[in-house]
Amino acid sequence: MDENEVPELSDDEKKLFEDLMPEDLNDILDTGVNRRHFLKLMSLAGSGLLAAQSAVAEQLFTKPIGLPTSAELAPASVENGVNVAFKVNGAARKLLVDSRMTLLDTLRERLELTGSKKGCDHGQCGACTVILNGQRVLSCLTLAASCEGKTVQTIEGLAQGSGSTVRLHPVQEAFLKHDGFQCGFCTPGQICSAVALIDEAKRGDASYVTADVRKKAAPLQLSTEEIRERMSGNLCRCGAYANIVAAVQEVQHGKPVEQTFRFSA
Amino acid sequence: MRPFVYNRASDPTTALNMLSGKPNAKFLAGGTNLLDLMKEDVERPAELVDISGLALTTIKTITSGPNQGGVSIGGLGKNTDAANHPLIRQQYPLLTQAILAGASGQIRNMATNGGNLLQRTRCPYFYEVSMPCNKREPGTGCGALEGINRLHAIFGWSEKCVAVYPSDMAVALAALDAIVKVRNVGGQERAIAFADFHRLPGDTPHQDTNLAPGELITAIELPPSKLADKAYYLKVRDRASYAFALLSVAVGLEMAGNRITQVRIAMGGVAHKPWRALTAEKMLVGKEATEANVRLAAEAEMAAAKPLEHNKFKVELGKRSIVLALQTALNGVG
Repeated sequence: MDENEVPELSDDEKKLFEDLMPEDLNDILDTGVNRRHFLKLMSLAGSGLLAAQSAVAEQLFTKPIGLPTSAELAPASVENGVNVAFKVNGAARKLLVDSRMTLLDTLRERLELTGSKKGCDHGQCGACTVILNGQRVLSCLTLAASCEGKTVQTIEGLAQGSGSTVRLHPVQEAFLKHDGFQCGFCTPGQICSAVALIDEAKRGDASYVTADVRKKAAPLQLSTEEIRERMSGNLCRCGAYANIVAAVQEVQHGKPVEQTFRFSA
Repeated sequence: MRPFVYNRASDPTTALNMLSGKPNAKFLAGGTNLLDLMKEDVERPAELVDISGLALTTIKTITSGPNQGGVSIGGLGKNTDAANHPLIRQQYPLLTQAILAGASGQIRNMATNGGNLLQRTRCPYFYEVSMPCNKREPGTGCGALEGINRLHAIFGWSEKCVAVYPSDMAVALAALDAIVKVRNVGGQERAIAFADFHRLPGDTPHQDTNLAPGELITAIELPPSKLADKAYYLKVRDRASYAFALLSVAVGLEMAGNRITQVRIAMGGVAHKPWRALTAEKMLVGKEATEANVRLAAEAEMAAAKPLEHNKFKVELGKRSIVLALQTALNGVG
């Protein structure tokens, strides 16, 4: 949202803010939903209050998760075209792509799946991380042409259901609870990476900080050090690392981890 | 990125035929380095032959031949799968550690074992096309020799090139005396000893390896090893993870009591190829594994170093890293 743009809240949304945060309503109507309001909502969501309170709230949160409504976008021109058929978030897709087209650009520019982000475009930041055939990979260094017959899962495909019945992936929930982001640009990559990491730990995969790689145990319960090492391919310029680690740990251990942040009075 | 023709190969013979007689065509495997270099306009292939779907991914015990009892790793298997295969974790933990020290989880899931050996240097002058670089454009000079050379070589460099080879995996393979199996378009196979696979820069730094044009890496073979009990890969870098090595040390020892009966030491981040510390190895074989002996060997090895203006720190760092890696391996990991 543009900083100076006053939001147009629907009647349902106005009602929601009036119910939950009456003291902030005028503020919201004047200048929009700011970070402080959002965090407040998140804390209500984390404590389960919000879901019980209002179905509208769920819709509000899940708006960005909606699947593309239009057919895929047409490219301006294609050189050395390659026909490729693959599955994206469960849906079969067939495209003619320029041989140079990366999976990332295909998702963003052709399939309107803009959740995966272009950070560095050189495999150094992890913002473009998607799950390809069950493995986390960098979509910026993957040619779309090489994805023939493969299965891609992006941030848009992690939640189950849609509309008012949407259920976020546990890692998404944990990122909300632990405030595992500030600007949010690296978040889709962080979450996709974490989802795959949890599977890797289930299988007992080792890391560079694993004490003895000859001892194989599965499933693993990952220490903070292990999570930091295994998530090191995802950079966060805002430095939300402590909260990201807490979020991953909560899901990986399967039990609540205390939030590392507090709201100011 | 410049336009290129993309073709997909389904088996090794087809792949080799598709590349045959096309000097501007390249194999594409994991793509983690090649695609990046194409975006940077360093690599400019007219055609890519995608070999990522070839069935050269098996990891298995070698049942005959000179390396019987060792393990063969498919050239197109993924780094992650090699690092986590039970045969590798049990018998070659040094290789597991080295692979896992490199890159990130995402990149190791993409990168292939053969491709890892063929990755290009991360020398910034090689990557920046406005700079002179004999490796990228023979005859243009070396920007790093008199430039910012903190990351560069201290062993085996030439006036033409001071770049270092970036792989972690290859440092462990050097210590393990691996063999690279390759095949050409005529179907002939040959085995290249790991020490002969990568080259020193000399007058031809544009040639990283002794792989002939059009050859395909089919497998990497590991001879049987008795180094698994005492092995360690130490990586020193500017940040804790996801960074190339300033310097790394792969060590493996076999002991009889406190006497060293066999030792291998290889270093990364110091030369144009994985650097076997043969001087130190010779000094340690047959000796007691005391701190004094280890220190003497490390000092003797690093005495031959020829640092550049900004990387003098690597000499002392090398000494300390050899000592620390040997001590960690001797004390048992974990």
